[in-house]
Amino acid sequence: MLHIEELKVEVGNKEILKNVNLHIPKGECHILFGPNGSGKTSLMMTIMGFSGYKVTHGKITFNGEDVTYMPINERAVLGIGVLFQRPPTINGLATRSLVELCARDKNVDVDYMAKQMNFENFLDRDVNHNLSGGEIKRSEILQLTAQQPDLVLLDEPESGVDLESISLLGDSINSLLQRGIKPPMGLSHKQQSESRVKSGLIITHTGHILDYVTADRGHILYNGVMQCSKNAREILKWIGQYGYEECTKCSM
Amino acid sequence: MFDVENNRVELEKYSSVAEEHKYINNLDELSSTDSDAFLEVGVDSKSSNKSGTFIQKDSSIIHCDSTDSGVEIKNISKALEEHEWLSEYMWNSISPDKDEFTQQANDNPHEGFFIRSKEGVTVENPVQACLHIAKDGFSQNVHNIVIAEEGSTIHIIAGCSTSKHLTNGLHVGVSEFYVKKGATLKYTMVHDWGEKVNVRPRTVTHVEEGGVFISNYISLKPLGTLQMNPVTYLNGEGAIARFNSVLVASKGTHMDTGSDVHLNAKGAKAEIISRAITTGGKIIAKGKLVGKAKGIKAHLECKGLIINDGILHAIPELEASLPDIEMSHEAAVGKIDPREIEYLMARGLDEDEAISTIVRGFLNVDIEGLPDSLVEKLNKAIADTQNDMI
Repeated sequence: MLHIEELKVEVGNKEILKNVNLHIPKGECHILFGPNGSGKTSLMMTIMGFSGYKVTHGKITFNGEDVTYMPINERAVLGIGVLFQRPPTINGLATRSLVELCARDKNVDVDYMAKQMNFENFLDRDVNHNLSGGEIKRSEILQLTAQQPDLVLLDEPESGVDLESISLLGDSINSLLQRGIKPPMGLSHKQQSESRVKSGLIITHTGHILDYVTADRGHILYNGVMQCSKNAREILKWIGQYGYEECTKCSM
Repeated sequence: MFDVENNRVELEKYSSVAEEHKYINNLDELSSTDSDAFLEVGVDSKSSNKSGTFIQKDSSIIHCDSTDSGVEIKNISKALEEHEWLSEYMWNSISPDKDEFTQQANDNPHEGFFIRSKEGVTVENPVQACLHIAKDGFSQNVHNIVIAEEGSTIHIIAGCSTSKHLTNGLHVGVSEFYVKKGATLKYTMVHDWGEKVNVRPRTVTHVEEGGVFISNYISLKPLGTLQMNPVTYLNGEGAIARFNSVLVASKGTHMDTGSDVHLNAKGAKAEIISRAITTGGKIIAKGKLVGKAKGIKAHLECKGLIINDGILHAIPELEASLPDIEMSHEAAVGKIDPREIEYLMARGLDEDEAISTIVRGFLNVDIEGLPDSLVEKLNKAIADTQNDMI
């Protein structure tokens, strides 16, 4: 689904990503660990194509197509979606309208979707206007649910979310990534995981999200270089025990 | 005929004489050109959801009727004839000597409307009034008086337009509004002037105890110059004034607009909100709140977007002479935040769609109670504006 090869990226003439290689196969969810300033968000912004992230070397391939220099909206239409950590406020635009825009030609029942997300009271508010951390996340998930991207990039989905609502958030991320554990239409676990087409890349600093969302693999980004690629929980344990420094030794 | 630097309109170059236009009893008989032009500014000749209609073309009244017994609609000269008392309201708030334009309206008057909602009556549907210039080089000088009697509620939609071929014209509109005790007057003004038309409204409003005055002003199409600074006096306890303006200036358009609100009585409240977009024109957006009584509350908000080029000059002013008051303002001028554009693009909108969605949101000031037909027109006009700038 997503292939990143030897990616180098500059932000304001400073090299932020020095050599990133990453492969996320179809149906898999990967976790991206890394200390603050390691380049996690920059990687995500580069995958989506935001201005200010200049690719100086390497290639990003999505579903077989080279998207390295493609405009943001074309990547979105191809099936890449982002959950932003701090999205901008858009005055005068109701969240409801944006959710409808995200759905493009699909018919969506915005009210029903909002109800699932416990967000129905915010639908007619301006996008991200005066929302709490948790409300912003729910708004983002709601938009992504309407958008239905094949690859979802989630930037610290648990940050600013209170404990009460984190499990609701986890559930909705799972359903976005087709990882819900309530078997729909009587499909077995095997059938479900084999038919899964949605992939995910989740940035996390604390790893809390792993208590709620299942993941296939974890990676560590340190100083702009992918250092380690292993079982996500195993990485988290090592970080917890010895810090990121120790983990970087894996790549040596 | 207009010198931007000196803000001068050479009055002598305009004619105050125009040929008569025939009175039309039944609005179905309007020419489609006229009815389309009126519809552009929210005056719907076919709609039944209105309490009355007043249409003036150049100096002629071409239609005037009221379908609601709670509201009186007349041309001003006729109203003055019928009501002796009305002369006390005429030139009561504004002096003819104020400037050359009020002078012009006094010396060469061309009618205007008198609209009065009767005591205690809630006029269900809006009254629509249209002032239209058809003759090239004409100076249309009108004098309007609106009285919302005690406890009444009325919404007036005033549309101003010009014929399509018109290249030059001047509109001078003296308006005196009186909102009596406990009354509510909502006045929505939609302007669609020609590209070289100069517009000089002169408006003063008095609001008594518990009265509410809501003014919505919408000008999205190119014009020559607009200069106005309506003044509102909140004279009664708890009186309220709210101003919403939506302004778009393309190249060649020069707008100098503002609102002054004097909060003279205890507990009076005022809010001035404006949204201005320039796509090459110049907009001066002023606002002045003067607090003179205990417990007043007032807020002024002025936001501007510059698309490509143009000039935006926001001048918010607060003046207070007492400690026990609450007044604030916020002004912001700039371009569209690229982060907003990219955020929407990440949801699949292309750049043009993203920009137009943001602009539509920016202009989406909460203008309450507009009829659907007008909302549709406005949305279309905003879409046109976007096409112009992309």
